[in-house]
Amino acid sequence: MSIILFIFQALLIPGLSPLIVGIIRKIKARFQNRQGASIFQPYRDLWKLFHKDEVISETASWIFRYTPYLLFAVTIVISAGIPMISTMATFSPLGDFLLFVYLIALGTFFLALAGLDTGSVFGGTGSSREMTVAALTEGGLIFSLFSVALLAKTANISEMVNAISVVPFSMLAPVVIAFIAFYIALLAECARYPFDNPATHLELTMIHEAMILEYSGKRLALVEWAAANKLLIFISLGTSIFFPWGIAQNVEIVPVAIALILFLIKILVMAVSIAVLESTIAKLRFFRLPDLLLTSLVLGMIAIIITVI
Amino acid sequence: MGLLLQKEFFILAGIFVLGSIGSLLFRRNNNMANWWANSCAALGSLFGILLSGNVLLYNNIYTLQLPLTFSLLPVNVKIDMLSAFFILIISVVSLLSSIYAIGYMRQFYKEYNLGLFGFFYNFFILSMILVASANNALYFLFVWEIMSLTSYFLVIFEHKHKESIKAGFLYFIMTHIATGGILLAFLILYSFLGSFDFDVIRENVSSLPSFWISIVSLLMLAGFGTKAGIIPLHIWLPKAHPAAPSQVSAIMSGVMIKTGILMLIRLFFDVIPITPLWFGLLIIIVGAISSLLGVLYAISEHDIKKLLAYHSVENIGIILLGVGSSLVFLSFDLKSLALLALVAALFHTMNHAIFKSLLFLGAGSVVLATRTRNIEEYGGLIKIMPQTALFFLVGAISISALPPFNGFVSEWLTFQALFLGVMQFDIFTKGVFIFGIASLALTGGLAAACFVKAFGITFLAKPRSQKSENAKESSLLLRLPMAVLSLACLALGVFSIFVIPYLESLAGSLSIFAGISLVLVEGITFHTQNNSSSLAIIPVLIALLLTFVFSFIFFNWISRRQKEKIYSTWDCGGNLTPRMEITATSFSRSIVMIFSGILKPTKQINREYDDSNIKYFTKSSTVSLRMNDLYNKYLYCPISNFVYKIANFLRRIQCGIVNFYLLYILITIVILLILVTR
Repeated sequence: MSIILFIFQALLIPGLSPLIVGIIRKIKARFQNRQGASIFQPYRDLWKLFHKDEVISETASWIFRYTPYLLFAVTIVISAGIPMISTMATFSPLGDFLLFVYLIALGTFFLALAGLDTGSVFGGTGSSREMTVAALTEGGLIFSLFSVALLAKTANISEMVNAISVVPFSMLAPVVIAFIAFYIALLAECARYPFDNPATHLELTMIHEAMILEYSGKRLALVEWAAANKLLIFISLGTSIFFPWGIAQNVEIVPVAIALILFLIKILVMAVSIAVLESTIAKLRFFRLPDLLLTSLVLGMIAIIITVI
Repeated sequence: MGLLLQKEFFILAGIFVLGSIGSLLFRRNNNMANWWANSCAALGSLFGILLSGNVLLYNNIYTLQLPLTFSLLPVNVKIDMLSAFFILIISVVSLLSSIYAIGYMRQFYKEYNLGLFGFFYNFFILSMILVASANNALYFLFVWEIMSLTSYFLVIFEHKHKESIKAGFLYFIMTHIATGGILLAFLILYSFLGSFDFDVIRENVSSLPSFWISIVSLLMLAGFGTKAGIIPLHIWLPKAHPAAPSQVSAIMSGVMIKTGILMLIRLFFDVIPITPLWFGLLIIIVGAISSLLGVLYAISEHDIKKLLAYHSVENIGIILLGVGSSLVFLSFDLKSLALLALVAALFHTMNHAIFKSLLFLGAGSVVLATRTRNIEEYGGLIKIMPQTALFFLVGAISISALPPFNGFVSEWLTFQALFLGVMQFDIFTKGVFIFGIASLALTGGLAAACFVKAFGITFLAKPRSQKSENAKESSLLLRLPMAVLSLACLALGVFSIFVIPYLESLAGSLSIFAGISLVLVEGITFHTQNNSSSLAIIPVLIALLLTFVFSFIFFNWISRRQKEKIYSTWDCGGNLTPRMEITATSFSRSIVMIFSGILKPTKQINREYDDSNIKYFTKSSTVSLRMNDLYNKYLYCPISNFVYKIANFLRRIQCGIVNFYLLYILITIVILLILVTR
């Protein structure tokens, strides 16, 4: 039973991530008074891209060729360590939160190299911006997760989820602050507003899209899919750690079914919040981003200080 | 057994001495000198590995006291587990660097004398091994000085370049100021305890007044910290390391600066383990600042070897975070936590030695192939030098602390030590630990950014200059050591569960940790205190490999009918040239601008006009971007100006009139007589 649940849970992220992207796009379209494409359009896009011929730059080396597979593999491996439905069905060696942060960094590292690999100006600029943002995000991410770890007295994500769900409400002030810090880090890591505009291909504004400009065909599909996975990973990590109520701590049918429904609701709420945010605020100028990331870092620190006092 | 070991020690020293003198004899034939010096150095290092391995595996503490020597220079050698660990690191890096050197030094055959180089090189490695095994302050200072002097001569090897001489001079000055501090500290200890012997000091040190302990500790930190390269005493490091030939840079950056760390550990954990709380906190703060500023300076640097040298400052900072937290835990008598933190520091010391020497050797083979150290002139080397590129990439991933390589594991352990610090103690101490975590987290991210720059600009895209277009893959002698070091980076990461218990028993062999045992490793997982954190690298690696291979096969199968076309990069309809590629300067510019408060970048634009009255048509324009060096401006310039002033003032004594000199002699004699007869 727990094996089945484990496989189901591990496939949940790659399975649902295009849907989340589709939902966010749909909501944004409605905000802009457009009809918008179907929420299943990202699946069709992926399918289409997998059946297109591919152009690879003659300048590119093996780094460019193999990065998409590595990136996709990293997101799959990470998602096996995140409890979404049941904490019993996660792969516990992957549960350490620092490992999570640094596995994400591994993917970013190679994607930035791939951006430089083709010798295009866009790719290089995108890599530079991506690494700048990623370097500054890491602090806020580590601090927000660490403050929860301090409260839960464990650094394992599954055990953190179990511990936070029984912490009394009066103790949760640091968790709320840490969540804000985490949310900012999420927006930065997943290339959302106000850090990056996922919908544009204008060289002034783009970070993530600039790096992957030279990809096409199946490799583009993999990179896009991996980016969607990353978004859902961050969303589900955020909901699981900061709002862990309802996640099953065993593998029985009824709690797991309830947990699954709750999980879907939670990620839907997060997706809506991201879409609303993107429709209502403007993208920040690049050199204003450090302020926001510093805010995330300081909020994380405050959360830690409240926890340990 | 003891006698055999004694023989081994003399054989070890003998090989290096033979290497030195032999290469002097061969000085007329550079080829012979090169082969002789480096083969001897490699053989001696091999012996060093055997000797230290013997101590480490069988826990035979090896001591040697020569009765024949003068009372002024008592040869007192003791190789315990800690010394053996450092000798092992020194020997491994020296062995591989010496093999590398046989190929690398060929470029200098026509220009420089390799006989002399070999002489200093062999003595340099020997002196490092002797430093690690010294058990008496005077003897230690003697070999420490040999190490400083021989490395000085290695730094100024390319003496036809002015910068080498200047860098060497700065190194000479800084290292001797440092030695002065260390000497003073040992003299203070001697004036209270009446002995230079480490064993005697260890027994009696508790009788020292706490004020003097603080003074001694600070002097030691400044002295050994200068050698290790802590900020703000690091200024010699980014100048001296790049000036030396690459394999010497690898040894200096990889292991020589670690002798500073070794002595800090030796003194504060073994010989005088009674440091106050604030001292541990000071080390954490120094470590945090060094790591953060080190990586920031590295990002703004475009000389590949200088960049790597600044990363040494950063990594020394990370090691000191571990050492400092361990000292803080000790002063609260939390010995098992202290042991954990020390293991983190030792493991990072070892890992840094491996990946930093790998990176320096990689940089060296790039420099050899392109004849320039400027990153902006590289590019596209991954196709020309595929193996060097792969090895450099391994080093880059390791130093950026990305799993599953070794840098990640030791940074993870350092994080755990700091985390555990936040869980104990009062709010002020917690604050220091939180500061440590913040700087370590930022450092990790910035190091990754810096190595995307270093690797990406060097090896990827198109060649940016003729020099890198004409490059060739380096010879097997250069590639073999890099291959070994790359494998070591992976192995130390993946099999860290087997290495950590050794380090644990090694650190535990220090007398203050007597009776403390930690079970850090269970099965394939690390655990920290109360099982609050755990890490298992092997499953992570297997999972990554499996999903990578699976997704490769699966997605290639899905789009099996689609073609892959090789075509030029999208060029917006123009003609894409290497000049349009992003440069290292612009890659790092955004981070430099964000941290402009610390880095103080300046920009100077010079335009020349065709007609100076009509400023519309520019003939040429140059932009120069620089960083202001804060240390020079606010710390070193005032000090050197002050010294100049005093020197100018004192110069009046030397007036050139013999009568005055006779007067000085008279005054001196009178004062001496008064002092003696009192």
